[in-house]
Amino acid sequence: MNDTNEINSALSPGSYFFTGNEAAAEGAIAAGCRYYAGYPITPSSEIMERMSQRLRDVSGVFMQMEDEIASICSVVGASWSGAKSMTATSGPGFSLMQEAIGYGVFTETPLVIVDIQRAGPCTGQATKVGSGDLMQAKWGSHGDYQIIALSPWSVQEMYDQTIDAFNLSEQYRVPVFVMSDEAVGHLRERMDISPTLRVTNRYKKSGAAPFGTEEKDGVPPMPSFGEGENITVTGSTHNEFGVRKTDDPNVQEKLVGRLNHKILNNREEIVQSESYYMDDADVIVIAYGFTARSAFFAVDQLRKTGKKAGLLRLKTIWPFADKLITEIGRKGKKLFVPEMNSGQVYGEIRKYADCEVIPYHQTNGRIIHPKDIMQHIERIL
Amino acid sequence: MARDLDAYLRQEVKSTPFCPGCGHGILMNIILRAIADLQLDMKNILFVSGIGCAAWIPSPHFNGDTLHTLHGRAIAFATGAKMANPKLKVIVISGDGDLTSIGGNHLIHAARRNTNLTVICANNMIYGMTGGQVASTSPLGAVTATTGEGNPYQPFDLCRLVLGAGAEYAARFSVTQPLVLMAAIKKALNMETFTFIEALSPCPTQFGRRNQADSSVQMLKALMQDCVTREQAAKMDKVVLKTKIITGEFSHE
Ligand SMILES: Cc1ncc(C[n+]2csc(CCOP(=O)(O)OP(=O)(O)O)c2C)c(N)n1
Ligand code: SF4
Ligand SMILES: [Mg+2]
Repeated sequence: MNDTNEINSALSPGSYFFTGNEAAAEGAIAAGCRYYAGYPITPSSEIMERMSQRLRDVSGVFMQMEDEIASICSVVGASWSGAKSMTATSGPGFSLMQEAIGYGVFTETPLVIVDIQRAGPCTGQATKVGSGDLMQAKWGSHGDYQIIALSPWSVQEMYDQTIDAFNLSEQYRVPVFVMSDEAVGHLRERMDISPTLRVTNRYKKSGAAPFGTEEKDGVPPMPSFGEGENITVTGSTHNEFGVRKTDDPNVQEKLVGRLNHKILNNREEIVQSESYYMDDADVIVIAYGFTARSAFFAVDQLRKTGKKAGLLRLKTIWPFADKLITEIGRKGKKLFVPEMNSGQVYGEIRKYADCEVIPYHQTNGRIIHPKDIMQHIERIL
Repeated sequence: MARDLDAYLRQEVKSTPFCPGCGHGILMNIILRAIADLQLDMKNILFVSGIGCAAWIPSPHFNGDTLHTLHGRAIAFATGAKMANPKLKVIVISGDGDLTSIGGNHLIHAARRNTNLTVICANNMIYGMTGGQVASTSPLGAVTATTGEGNPYQPFDLCRLVLGAGAEYAARFSVTQPLVLMAAIKKALNMETFTFIEALSPCPTQFGRRNQADSSVQMLKALMQDCVTREQAAKMDKVVLKTKIITGEFSHE
């Protein structure tokens, strides 16, 4: 198991007026990120620019690579050299990273990717908002696997969730995504930095198998290059010591099974959400990211006029909050799911909720306005 | 009886996966002898490779840290590992298809940045692992699984390519020239800059059998005949030279 410890915040405690992208960079530095590699892309570039300055302050390494493939691959290499490592990007760059994300999953490499989602597909509307990358975060690389994906709704949460992402990636040895969007990335608002924060340290155990464990959480210890551990890391199917085993069906099944289970079996611990006015609500809005801000405003306004609307805000997208949604579904309320895509989370909710689920899709590159959410809820009520 | 390179090999791995007569086994031997001669500490070396037969030279055989990555991306992974821990000696060993076709962009950018890596390209002029398709290094006219009528394109001159991109040192030798090849690898390993070794390594299975070399011995003999030194090349007729491989060390003159 990893140990955690309380450290001082990198910035002096107090209030700051940051953009979401700046806050993500500050969260990374606070969490102990010491290697960043990236390639310019709107609307995420400010993260890279700030990291290029801030890593200098803390004697970390910043690399502007030749493309996003090189960026993510070098992040994996740096992580195995012992550095907490990250990259940030947006749609097209996220697409280019997919093969190496699978490598990160299969080699159980802790790393963080911040995706500032923009309106796709393809080049789409580069400066406009969307949240169409959620399924790609889950399934973008080939094969059968699990990752962790978070969804921040504020500048504060860009900071907090980037820290969480580093901690989760060390705890579960898995790539963790901060699935933000253009609206949150470019939002500027007040946020607070506390005097200290808790960070998760890499779990090390000399001589132990780095790719297999009998421990209950399913997460083996991780050595670093240069420690004399003679590590073999490979993206081919491997035994617990990393030696290629590409013919043995049992090794394949055991490895793929453990990699899935170590996330799914711990999902109660991983999945985070927030609820507002849910107890007596007739309609519950389920939202995430920037859309949850509009939904919160809408629900709050409706309550002022006595209308019984509630909000469930998903802070974690993957693994999915299946149990929570099943429970809510049992209460027989109506669920309303506004999204800046064609129903990527709506589909998941349908899988688990045994009640009426009403989707609302908007893919025009604009945020969903609170007024639209209010009107829909009034119609449903 | 203990063999002199045993300490450099992972003892639990009993055999290599290479075909009989494959040059990659010879190259493996030459690389380890260079490391042994220099008395480098294997505990401080990271070997990074991509995907292909050549990428199996270090992984999992070498008894140091090995990172067997994705097709084409070895240099990108190596860059991160080296930058995050500059004390590591990082050696990239991979194939011609891997390093110079799908991974060509990473190769020229690492040379441009002068990242302190030694890149050893096992050049068999073909995609060996996937069944002998034409590569960016296949000679003009070579018969491959995808050029039945002969390769219509010129191959890369890899040493000139990396020098053009900013590498300080590049050398091309064949596994049939083990001593000079080993000397070049040692020289590269002693430099604290981006260095590039092109090691010509025959693939009898996928290249030889399609191109008039019925046995691996014949292929090795042909390679010995084709390799000329830079001094010999300077005196040769241009048309004849086109059929030859110029071996030697290259730097900015
Ligand atoms: C992205 C991707 N594309 C294609 C492949 C299939 N592939 C595996 S090895 C290889 C060729 C390797 O050739 P080379 O690097 O020259 O090594 P050799 O086998 O000749 O030693 C290819 C194309 C792959 N693994 N990944
Ligand atoms: S296919 Fe060619 S390169 Fe691969 S092991 Fe066989 S001889 Fe060597
Ligand atoms: Mg080849």
